[in-house]
Amino acid sequence: MKVLWLQSGGCGGCTQSLLCHEPRPLFDELRDAGIEFVWHPALSVESGDEALAVLAACASGERAFDVLCIEGAMLRGPNGTGRFHLMAGSGQPLTDWAQQLAARARWVFAIGSCSAYGGFSASTPGNPLEACGLQYDVDTPGGLLGPNFRSTAGLPVINLAGCPTHPGWIVDTLEKLAFDGLTEDDLDEVGRPLLYAEQLVHHGCPKNEFYEFKASAEKQGDLGCLMENLGCKGTQAHADCNTRAWNGAGSCLKGGFACIACTEPGFEAPGHAFQETPKLAGIPIGLPTDMPKAWFVALAALSKSATPKRVRDNAVEDHTVIRPSVKKAGK
Amino acid sequence: MTRIVLGPFNRVEGDLEISLEVAAGEVQAARVNSPLFRGFEQVLIGRAPEDALAIVPRICGICSVAQSAAAANALAQLAGVTPPPNGVLAARLVQATENLADHLTHFYLFFMPDFARPAYVDRRWHGEIARRFTAQTGSAVAPWLQARARLFNLTGFLAGRWPHTLAVQPGGSTKATTAAERIRLAALLREFRHFVEREVLGDALEAFAGIASLDGLNAWAEERASDFACFLRAAEDLGLHAIGQAEDRFLSFGAYDRFPAGMVAPDLTVNRLDPDKIAEDASHAWLLGDGPLPPAQGETRVHADKADAYTWCKAPRYAGQVVETGALARQLAAGHPLLRDLVSRHGGSVTARIVARMLEVALILPAMESWVRDLRPGEPFCVPAPLPESGSAFGLVEAARGSLGHWLSVKRGRIERYQIIAPTTWNFSPRDAQGLPGSLEQALVGLPAGAGAVPTIQHVVRSFDPCMVCTVH
Repeated sequence: MKVLWLQSGGCGGCTQSLLCHEPRPLFDELRDAGIEFVWHPALSVESGDEALAVLAACASGERAFDVLCIEGAMLRGPNGTGRFHLMAGSGQPLTDWAQQLAARARWVFAIGSCSAYGGFSASTPGNPLEACGLQYDVDTPGGLLGPNFRSTAGLPVINLAGCPTHPGWIVDTLEKLAFDGLTEDDLDEVGRPLLYAEQLVHHGCPKNEFYEFKASAEKQGDLGCLMENLGCKGTQAHADCNTRAWNGAGSCLKGGFACIACTEPGFEAPGHAFQETPKLAGIPIGLPTDMPKAWFVALAALSKSATPKRVRDNAVEDHTVIRPSVKKAGK
Repeated sequence: MTRIVLGPFNRVEGDLEISLEVAAGEVQAARVNSPLFRGFEQVLIGRAPEDALAIVPRICGICSVAQSAAAANALAQLAGVTPPPNGVLAARLVQATENLADHLTHFYLFFMPDFARPAYVDRRWHGEIARRFTAQTGSAVAPWLQARARLFNLTGFLAGRWPHTLAVQPGGSTKATTAAERIRLAALLREFRHFVEREVLGDALEAFAGIASLDGLNAWAEERASDFACFLRAAEDLGLHAIGQAEDRFLSFGAYDRFPAGMVAPDLTVNRLDPDKIAEDASHAWLLGDGPLPPAQGETRVHADKADAYTWCKAPRYAGQVVETGALARQLAAGHPLLRDLVSRHGGSVTARIVARMLEVALILPAMESWVRDLRPGEPFCVPAPLPESGSAFGLVEAARGSLGHWLSVKRGRIERYQIIAPTTWNFSPRDAQGLPGSLEQALVGLPAGAGAVPTIQHVVRSFDPCMVCTVH
């Protein structure tokens, strides 16, 4: 399976993250699964005219490829010219290249939240960059390719949202495709593969005991749950970050900071400070997914009243000050 | 005179286009175009100041932590707080991890594949280099990716993940290392030391860092079986120690309390850094404004039809002069004898830049080992950093690629202005209002170009390890 990769209005971090693939080194993993890069801007030897020749051959249909991966937002401005990113050496807007290549691709992958939904480039008030995702303007189907776009294999753009994407989300989706194909049933309502988006970040959260008892962190570094005060959206964000380790052992929550829901359309402009929880009458506005407000309020009141001292005290420290007690055998 | 446009100039971070005027097979003039504009300085305006910690790492997927550190330093200055010792050590460890990964990713994935090109098939070193460094398939690629992924496991423990962490805060680190994690950190560093000593250098870190002259370096490389020795033999054969010179003025903001800040003059005297001497002009960028402005008063407003503009990049200058930044600048400011010898003999060069990165790998890794030893689980990693409603501040750090500065002002609790000068903004600057070309633009003049030319331009451009997404941001 041949993969062609382009980058535009983004930071390149999804490629950098991809190179962190574990346990096997990326190229070994992909090669043995029958997956190779036709061209990748950060990784291929072909430069300048050599690279343009590869891209032109792919765009004309002369050279076959399977998956078009695009990283970064599509910048249509100023005034529809695409001049915020003319692809080097070509004088053509990268958006033109994206459209021509997408028409030839069997599948199109939006790599990262910028390419999927627009991301930070689309978040300047008034969107002067005219930035968008490949097939979405934030959470509305549209974007560069339009709501009706289907790649030659018949699928809409597959949105590997995340800022950045986890290497496993990309590699597993490519391998799923090579192994037994993809259908629309494998995607959620905003085009994300269910293989990572059917979970919530909350699942497997290392702070689960603090969450259960609503024992909340009050300041940066506190061990407690980050939902009540510090802006955590793990109970609303779709991704498997706490069951699929980042960089061997990590996740945002394991790093002690809030999930900012970077896999969700529009995460970049939440309408409040990222590290603060907006509240109404003391109740967080963003409640856990699928939880009615009255239940949450009742449960929170009950669990707060039942919080063990250990959990309550540890929640506002950056290290464990009271260990779980050890029972003697037979007691 | 013919005009040649090189692009997409790949195996750099982001997109890059270089226009050359060529006569008699040599570059007469070069113009560097950073073709992507995203407008992060506008994205930040109107946000809560702490939001910078979530936004600025996303300027760059390869210098993400350095961007975080610059914002955190600026906000710490605004709040008037100093992180506790554990917080300083944790942030340093995360930034140094990124720094080492960047240096060696540049070496293995971006820089070395050009030496495997068919143009060099007659050189005696070509077979070995092609086997080791051919893009994606060379035998060195998989071991490097494995070592890199394992190195970044440090960030899994220290910062949740890489890139794009929120662990680096003005008051310290959100992640307090536990006693158990500290042991794992030490083990990961031992594993990485083993990789560097066995595969990259073929020698102890300390022995390599102790080399004090170009002659000593060449003697070290002779007959040594290691990836870096392999490069040095090819570089000597191609004369890369005397190619790629810019103005030989070097800027460093200083790093890790080990490499002091300074401005290095062409005669290698080191002068005190004065941040007030920094200014940027937009004379050749598709942006409004011409004359130089200090970054604390800087503006970034699009003017896409501007005549004579050829890039989205502004032209930063120090006291009106073109300066180069990066590992070479850092180590010259710190006075490393090997680099002083290299540059005093031949000027800043491709070889000097690559050697400087490798010296930093050898110098920083032992420092990281000592920082892990100094971590004190149970003592604080973070202090609160409440911000004033109004004020201004700046944060100056060294990213892998050189000096990175953030200048911000806050009014009524919101960001009023945010200006960023990144390392490659310095190195890949266009001409300024005086018409003075930037460092790369100077370094390319006189190089062979056109049909049949050897790929020297590829080496010189990548010797700066450009990060184009940072450059314009």
